Amino acid sequence: MAAQNLKHALFCAVITLIISYPILGFNLEAEGINIILNGAETSTIVMVFLAAVVVFLFQLFRENIMATLKSIPTPLPQANKEPMAENKRARIESWVLTAIVVLALFWPFFVSRGSVDLATLVLIYIMLALGLNVVVGLAGLLDLGYVAFYAVGAYTFALLSEYFGISFWMSLPLGALLAALFGLVLGFPVLRLRGDYLAIVTLGFGEIIRILLNNWTSLTGGPNGIGGIPEPTLFGMEFGRRVKEEGNTSFHETFGIAYSGEDKVIFLYLISLVLAVFTALVIRRFMRMPVGRAWEALREDEIAARSLGLNRTAVKLTAFTIGAFFAGFAGTVFASKQGFISPESFVFLESAIILAIVVLGGMGSQLGVILAAIAVTILPELAREFSEYRMLIFGAAMVLMMVWRPQGLMPMRRIHIELKKQE
Amino acid sequence: MLVLEDVHTHYGKIEALHGVSVEVKKGEIVSLIGANGAGKTTLLMTVCGHPQASSGRVILNDRDITRKPTAQIMRSGIAIVPEGRRVFSGLTVEENLHMGGFFNTKAEIRKSQDHVYELFPRLKEREHQRAGTMSGGEQQMLAIGRALMSRPNMIILDEPSLGLAPLVIKQIFEIIGHLREEGITVFLVEQNAHQALNLADRGYVLETGRIRLHDTGKNLLANPDVQNAYLGG
Ligand SMILES: Nc1ncnc2c1ncn2[C@@H]1O[C@H](COP(=O)(O)OP(=O)(O)OP(=O)(O)O)[C@@H](O)[C@H]1O
Ligand SMILES: [Mg+2]
Repeated sequence: MAAQNLKHALFCAVITLIISYPILGFNLEAEGINIILNGAETSTIVMVFLAAVVVFLFQLFRENIMATLKSIPTPLPQANKEPMAENKRARIESWVLTAIVVLALFWPFFVSRGSVDLATLVLIYIMLALGLNVVVGLAGLLDLGYVAFYAVGAYTFALLSEYFGISFWMSLPLGALLAALFGLVLGFPVLRLRGDYLAIVTLGFGEIIRILLNNWTSLTGGPNGIGGIPEPTLFGMEFGRRVKEEGNTSFHETFGIAYSGEDKVIFLYLISLVLAVFTALVIRRFMRMPVGRAWEALREDEIAARSLGLNRTAVKLTAFTIGAFFAGFAGTVFASKQGFISPESFVFLESAIILAIVVLGGMGSQLGVILAAIAVTILPELAREFSEYRMLIFGAAMVLMMVWRPQGLMPMRRIHIELKKQE
Repeated sequence: MLVLEDVHTHYGKIEALHGVSVEVKKGEIVSLIGANGAGKTTLLMTVCGHPQASSGRVILNDRDITRKPTAQIMRSGIAIVPEGRRVFSGLTVEENLHMGGFFNTKAEIRKSQDHVYELFPRLKEREHQRAGTMSGGEQQMLAIGRALMSRPNMIILDEPSLGLAPLVIKQIFEIIGHLREEGITVFLVEQNAHQALNLADRGYVLETGRIRLHDTGKNLLANPDVQNAYLGG
């Protein structure tokens, strides 16, 4: 056993050396017209060997390390125990959520503009993740092209405002509905596919939308994107220094306060907050409705669900469409927040990040998804100094999570539907 | 009530049923026995429209359902207990039952739930347990209970005794007999030929996609061919 461990650890260390030495240990340098190969600095080479030693030690004592990791008490202890009374749990969760929302309402008035801006982004991700959670977490459909619906929402607003001067508030439902329509139209043919096939087709769809946006230069401006997207107004009041749209008034003049660039940021934040809460509530409602149970039944056992008379395509389609709807929602807010969008904002990596949030959050639980969205968006910002290693940290965090809590931060607690006792 | 007329069913190019005709009359228990791979499950699934028959007709309550979508068939007073139970393992017993009554009103669900708990007191005891953590026998009871939740007038069972201990099998067969007394028509597929034929009004023997024999349960039990092939001589 020990000998085998040693062999395995040695093997891993050698692999580490083989992979990292050629990449880090040599430098290509241009000398005149020639390119020559130099050895890297001694310190780098020492680091490479050090890394190999670390890998060696880790693999050697892997079992002990893993055991320690697993035994770290989890910060959410109730997640491991048998479910506490479901209604009590639900009550606690709603209390926590309400507290978070109340806190979030007042919080922006006390912090810096940058933080509020970041928080708006977090809220957009929360909307996206809650939407994808319906598709992946509840209905069990692996959608790798979710960002496409986000893009549809964002571009709908951008184009409507550019060509028809339509405002944020009008575009919000339009963007969401158009995204939902895309979901419906795409879902119809592909939802017959299962598992990996579905993942690949949705992945392709995401790329098609992005490439379309990139190449349809006459309409979308291609890689140059679309700028000058207006901000939301509050009952016809604009938040800029000067009124841009005829017929609108300006917020600071109406209230007779000094112009402040922060008003706009806070207003956008509050809108996002309201929309995120709206998203959470609507989806919660769906989860309690029969269709929510149908999603789960279909995810658990398709044949059994069908034997009970459920229409497979219809049930999956509702999940897909609802998910797409909220992505469109988030997209509209995003376009308004940025004021400028281009296909670059809708690459596959975005889909991957949203999916990571859902998985980290525990596939299905709303509170978990919200916490994960906060963590995944804020952590990289906090670790700005290591921005080069962002993806590395991200990957390491994912691996650690999977070891420590493979079921996610807060594994799905299905909403328990009880029939009211007969009076 | 349920009539299959010269039904052929294909999986791709392979024909699994070569012209099967079966009839189940109202109020009867009809058993279908046959060896592994004879096509029993295929026959039942053809009734459910998954896969659909490639030729022939399936008639339920005088309506041709051969080309109807599965979802629609399963909502027309027929329920199936699929092979291998297939309970929703992550859901509790109660939630499983509620799924069974998906298209019924809450009042109806409550009523059928009480009825199922009467038939299977064991399920009542385990109301809030996750279905996946129950024993095979309990899961089979749940699968039957779930099928009964939609208040079907006909129930189809695919090998309900699969992998169960003799005592539990006996219990399950008692329940099936009880269902007939409630006026539910039963179409039963079984490997457990002895008990299935004992209980049945009539029986069919399926062999490699064809009906070989068709008679009353008693006569089939006494038939030497059946005894040789299915009752261990
Ligand atoms: N999905 C499928 N695709 C292709 N062939 C299938 C499929 N399902 C069943 N078959 C084939 O159809 C034939 C009948 O299978 P079926 O499952 O109906 O048998 P069965 O009588 O129910 O057997 P058992 O008693 O083992 O359950 C078999 O030869 C089987 O290989
Ligand atoms: Mg079978």
